[in-house]
Amino acid sequence: MELLSSLGDGFAVALTWQNLGLALLGCFLGTIMGALPGLGPSNGVAILIPLAFSLGLGATPALILLTSVYYGAMYGGRISSILLNIPGDEPAMMTCLDGYPMAQKGMAGEALAISGIASFVGSFLATWGLILLAPQLVKIALLFGPAEYFALFALAFMTLGGVSSTNQAKSAFAAALGLGLAMIGVDTQTGVPRFTFGEVHLYDGLDFLVAIVGLFALSEVFIFLEERHGAADAAGRKLTVGRLTPPAAMVKECTPTMLRSSFLGFLAGVLPGAGASLGSFISYSMEKRLVDRKGTFGKGDPRGVAAPEAGNNAAAGGALVPMLALGVPGSGTTAVLLAVLLSLNITPGPLLFANNPDVVWGLIAALFIANFMLLAMNIPMVGIFTRVLMVPPRILMPIVAMVSFVGIYGISGSTFDLLVMIGFGIMGWGLRKLDVPLVPIILGTLLGNAMENNLRRAITIDNGNWFTLIDSPLSIALWAFAILGFLLPIFVGRMVKMRMRQRGDAEGSVID
Amino acid sequence: MSDRIFGAFGVFLALGYAYAALQIEESFLSDAVGPKAFPLIIATIFGLSSAVIFLRPDAEPHWPAFGRLAELAAAVVVMVLYAELLPEAGFVIATAFAAAYLSWRLGSTLIGAALTGVGTSVGIYVVFHLVLGLSLARGPLGF
Repeated sequence: MELLSSLGDGFAVALTWQNLGLALLGCFLGTIMGALPGLGPSNGVAILIPLAFSLGLGATPALILLTSVYYGAMYGGRISSILLNIPGDEPAMMTCLDGYPMAQKGMAGEALAISGIASFVGSFLATWGLILLAPQLVKIALLFGPAEYFALFALAFMTLGGVSSTNQAKSAFAAALGLGLAMIGVDTQTGVPRFTFGEVHLYDGLDFLVAIVGLFALSEVFIFLEERHGAADAAGRKLTVGRLTPPAAMVKECTPTMLRSSFLGFLAGVLPGAGASLGSFISYSMEKRLVDRKGTFGKGDPRGVAAPEAGNNAAAGGALVPMLALGVPGSGTTAVLLAVLLSLNITPGPLLFANNPDVVWGLIAALFIANFMLLAMNIPMVGIFTRVLMVPPRILMPIVAMVSFVGIYGISGSTFDLLVMIGFGIMGWGLRKLDVPLVPIILGTLLGNAMENNLRRAITIDNGNWFTLIDSPLSIALWAFAILGFLLPIFVGRMVKMRMRQRGDAEGSVID
Repeated sequence: MSDRIFGAFGVFLALGYAYAALQIEESFLSDAVGPKAFPLIIATIFGLSSAVIFLRPDAEPHWPAFGRLAELAAAVVVMVLYAELLPEAGFVIATAFAAAYLSWRLGSTLIGAALTGVGTSVGIYVVFHLVLGLSLARGPLGF
């Protein structure tokens, strides 16, 4: 009952005109960003962070805006998967497999509607999962001392590469790069400057928002400049949507699929390093195995559309659990959301629930509200978004670039930061070419200082004894999971990734 | 080959990082760990992972032809110029040129690019400055 009263307080926070307006704006922008190929949830949120700051929004309103964008992008990704056979973002890749065949059969409207409902079911259940699971996780997290936190951070880094990269050396490289960048600036404990090379601008450290926008948004612009593709993709194709209400029989047929997929997706989201792409992938694979008796999956089976959409939206909600309860994000977009919290001087983790209950419960209530808004937006109003898909990259990408510049300049007003951002953009482009994952870099710059502080605190408390790091059963368990999480993907991850690639290739439509 | 070069570069970077870490001046009032230890741990991981990348390279990525690279370099130059000239020229003018350039290079016609540039710039100015009240760089003409 305590939960319900907290949730009630949350609704009191969320139900102001400003917050409702922000949620609506976030859902709308998020759906557009998800639908547009080339703009996924993480770049979408990254571009909007500076805006949230420059507007001087408080913590709760800013989070409501940005998580609405996050949920919205998860909904929007399916639109271009179904209509154009181009995934709007990575998790929507699996939706292409059955969504596009349905559209070719003239059932685009039904596909959009059933996937909209599946998205709703997935994120609705995941939000309940978040409410039930996060406080339990907080209870465990309260037992953590500095040594356990250090192990937890290590766990996050070591498992993060898991699915996002086939080469663990490269994800370790990325994590070290991010951590190394975080060290720049004046050391918080002794006050000596580190790695600043006498440059005064660097004494404060690198602003991680600059790094995020550069790595995610600008590098995307560079990729488009290099390939100049996509100009012909959207143009000249006629989009006919058809009826937008699914027959009751179809909904009934898909209901068990949605429920199972939501559960699996949520689990995938909570686990560190898995995230939404894996959520949609395992949901689809499991449904195919369970209910595909006539071999209709891949040829336009509505259940093949419902499964990945319920899965990836549930994973999006699940990924918020470790971010809020432990302060350790499980996916790229939640890492970006963590950046927002840190910049607002709010440290996620167990204390967040005790010190800022209004932020937590306001956010959760806003997620419910956003969900209903998204359902309303994504079924009757889906026509608007299909028109947005017609915007070609030659118009879209300059806007993305310029909004990134405006946002960063709006925060700091310094040319130096803009130059650093361009530098990160180039670096992001090169690293993407070399298949080095970007998320560990972001996570490293975000968590580097906290990780070091916990290490130093733990060892200082124990008078310089380094073995204190593996002194408690809890930290030994965390280290064991971390090592397992690092080694396992070397064997298993390659297989999963390969199968994901194969499925995608069969449909002839893989863009990253 | 790309991964070999990348890995070798990473190893050198790690050595440089470790060297820079050793150069950090210790304060006389320090905790038990000090400001050097964690950077040195990072340098170790950095170096080891780079070495693995060097020894076990992935398949060659798809690099663009020279012309495309020049294209990227030109875009970078334009962006740097944009960053430097923003306080001088003012937001609207600088942004219009930069957006028009990018749009042109992404395949718009000259007229289309000019329209995109002006549209982007004025659109952002109206939404972000006039409606949302964000302070943008003010040029000699007042916008």
